[in-house]
Amino acid sequence: MQFKKMIAVSIAALMVTGPATAENVLRWTSQGDALTMDPHSQNEGPTIAMNGQIYESLVTRDADLVLQPELAESWEAGPDGWTFKLRQGVKFHDGSDFTAEDVVFSFERANHEASDYKEQAKNVTSVEVIDDHTVKLMTDGPNPILPNQLTSIYMMDKGWAEANNVTAPQDFKAKEETFAVRNANGTGPFTLVSRAPDEMTVLARNPNWWGEGKFPGNIDKIEYRPITNAATRVAALLSGEVDFVLDPPLQDLKRIEGADGLSVKTVAQIRSIFFGMDQGVDKLRTSDVDGNPFKDTRVREAFNLAIDKDAIQRVVMEGLSFPTGMITPPGVLGNTPENDPSYGFDPAKAKALLAEAGYPDGFSIRLDCPNNRYNNDEKICQAAVAMLAKIGVKVNLDAIPKAQHFPKIQNRESDFYMLGWGVPTLDSHYVFSYLLDGEGSWNATGYNNPRVNEITKAITTEIDIEKRTAMIDEAWEQVKADMPYVPIHHQVLAWGIADNVDIQIAADDAFRPRFAVMK
Amino acid sequence: MQQDRPMTRWERFKDNDIVWSFLHSPGAIVAATITLIAILACVFAPLIAPFDPFDPAQISLWDGKLPPAWIDGGQPQYLLGTDNQGRDMLSTILYGGRLSILVGLAAVCLGMVLGVTLGVISGYVGGVTDAVIMRIADVQLTIPGILLAILINGIGRAALPLELREEFAIYVVIIAIGLTDWPQFARVTRGATMVEANKEYVQAARIIGLPGWMIMLRHILPNTLRPVLVIATIGLALAIIAEATLSFLGQGIPPTTPSLGTLIRVGNEYLFSGLWWITFFPAIALVVLVFAVNLLGDWMRDALNPKLR
Repeated sequence: MQFKKMIAVSIAALMVTGPATAENVLRWTSQGDALTMDPHSQNEGPTIAMNGQIYESLVTRDADLVLQPELAESWEAGPDGWTFKLRQGVKFHDGSDFTAEDVVFSFERANHEASDYKEQAKNVTSVEVIDDHTVKLMTDGPNPILPNQLTSIYMMDKGWAEANNVTAPQDFKAKEETFAVRNANGTGPFTLVSRAPDEMTVLARNPNWWGEGKFPGNIDKIEYRPITNAATRVAALLSGEVDFVLDPPLQDLKRIEGADGLSVKTVAQIRSIFFGMDQGVDKLRTSDVDGNPFKDTRVREAFNLAIDKDAIQRVVMEGLSFPTGMITPPGVLGNTPENDPSYGFDPAKAKALLAEAGYPDGFSIRLDCPNNRYNNDEKICQAAVAMLAKIGVKVNLDAIPKAQHFPKIQNRESDFYMLGWGVPTLDSHYVFSYLLDGEGSWNATGYNNPRVNEITKAITTEIDIEKRTAMIDEAWEQVKADMPYVPIHHQVLAWGIADNVDIQIAADDAFRPRFAVMK
Repeated sequence: MQQDRPMTRWERFKDNDIVWSFLHSPGAIVAATITLIAILACVFAPLIAPFDPFDPAQISLWDGKLPPAWIDGGQPQYLLGTDNQGRDMLSTILYGGRLSILVGLAAVCLGMVLGVTLGVISGYVGGVTDAVIMRIADVQLTIPGILLAILINGIGRAALPLELREEFAIYVVIIAIGLTDWPQFARVTRGATMVEANKEYVQAARIIGLPGWMIMLRHILPNTLRPVLVIATIGLALAIIAEATLSFLGQGIPPTTPSLGTLIRVGNEYLFSGLWWITFFPAIALVVLVFAVNLLGDWMRDALNPKLR
């Protein structure tokens, strides 16, 4: 009797709480969590996308990747910098005003030693305050593409950062923990309600957002729960446990399309997947040979020829990829039809090249690979292991979560690794400065070509578009010949979405909830 | 009963009560046959298997995701189809089963040696030693075996440096399962030891002044082994399942040298997309193997138990 009563009470309670949850709650998932909530600590796609719901930058891109004003209302180029008119009446989540002081502070922070946004932020040499709502971002000479470089430099509140002792970004490589890692105070459309890394992140609509009423989005609450296992992710979507899966496994797309109330959207992504080979060290760390075979261009070419990009496209990627010979995709200034085709697949020639370079029996090496970052990342690596075995290279695969994988690259501790690179600026400078410049913070290949370094620097100030494009092309041709990387493919994005929510897919793989409409 | 002629060796063998029971139990014969075939197939996997799934040079990605040979699109050289990387399923199952049986046997041996040793000591010495050992066993029995195995396995892996983790994964799994196994053996051996310890032959041995360890080893141990054999057989089935569970949870044998459990886990990702054979055949192999070993253990328990005869 007692028991029956309890059930009755709980059912009644459920019915009472039922209508209260009529607010629009979007539950979504993908394979890996944002690495940190600190907006200047990790320049990584999912981290930028997650933080971009809470923090905002001066200039942003919409789902079609067109530049749009965000915290700046308008901007204007000058010979020594750009003037930005800031949006009036913007408040941070804790209630303090957004002013020119915060812009100065945010750029200083993004230029800090521990920041992972230095390559973008250092284009701004200093910030001049003209009045409370006008700033001039000074550049080293004219900079034709500055607004493009600002879309993921988020604005932080100076007062909040000082009060919480987070004026410097978290040093992610050193596994530092700061207040800003699990707390956030931005100006954006959503506030951080709770954060349990790798478990659940809850965001709530910010009723005081400046864009309230200007955007179609009607989501009140976002529950993000990363699910590592691909099959579990799909099961969650099929069962209605989540409304949106950012990265359903490619082999399951047909199944999702066929399910009632679910659909798949695809778009060519602004992201390329490739392997890096460290030619910088004198002795490889994980190989049985003395010296460093990667110093020899013939070995790097052999690796490029040994990978069957078409097989990876058809079998591993279910056709959803574009094999390539570049590490940046079409859509980015610098990708040309001449340079884009892959190096081809020729194991016989690859073996001959290895023999010529003095390694007729190959050598052994470890391949560092993430297992929760890119579409089928670990499976691509497994396929590469088999392909390289056929030219005599014995590859030991170490597939680990991205949170442990990325520091290996940034600390330059890997001989041979997988990396993917998206380009928010849609300009090759972003790729050069991070991946090809000798000092680039994500360039673990040791590639250090004086001409490429020179061009990387020159194109920041060259305003003659024709001359600038010619320089970019020249650098890419040099890279194509030097082969510091093994390009695999450009990713095709596929999002699995329930019909009760209208989400526009974006080529940068970032979910923009301000545009999402729940029915 | 009078014998007309002396019994041949075979007849005498057949007359043995255990053999008699075996030959009159069709379940046991089937189980033993399956177990034997499975063990032989796995031991001689390198000779039988059409491909070596651990040799990446033999894998072609273009052959990936092929269905079994009798289904449209299948190819005759891949009887049970291929996995997502183009490895022959039949070969991976044979090699995987080998690893599963090996891990199972090694884990049971470890658990048995540990359990029997502690059990004999406990039963023969008695007193505080007995109390301490048995209480530890009791406490351990209250914790579900698989949880304990995950715990030991996790600690073992964390203690190893990253480079050695994959290489030593198999030993860590063996130790993890072996350590969860021993209380069963200890309890049974202790009971049998206490019975034997009071018999005349043991007292005689004690009177002539043999040291304790000698009595335990030479006199008591051989007489306690019958029930241990039964537990070991059933324990083998459980150990194989435990290994598969660990591997299925991603805690066991790494995918580069897959066991049956690892194969089932990897194949699980492809269930939604209709590539059922990647997970189905390893699962069937595991079920049949464990079922056969279990049946064998059951029969052995009945055959060796004087009360049930």
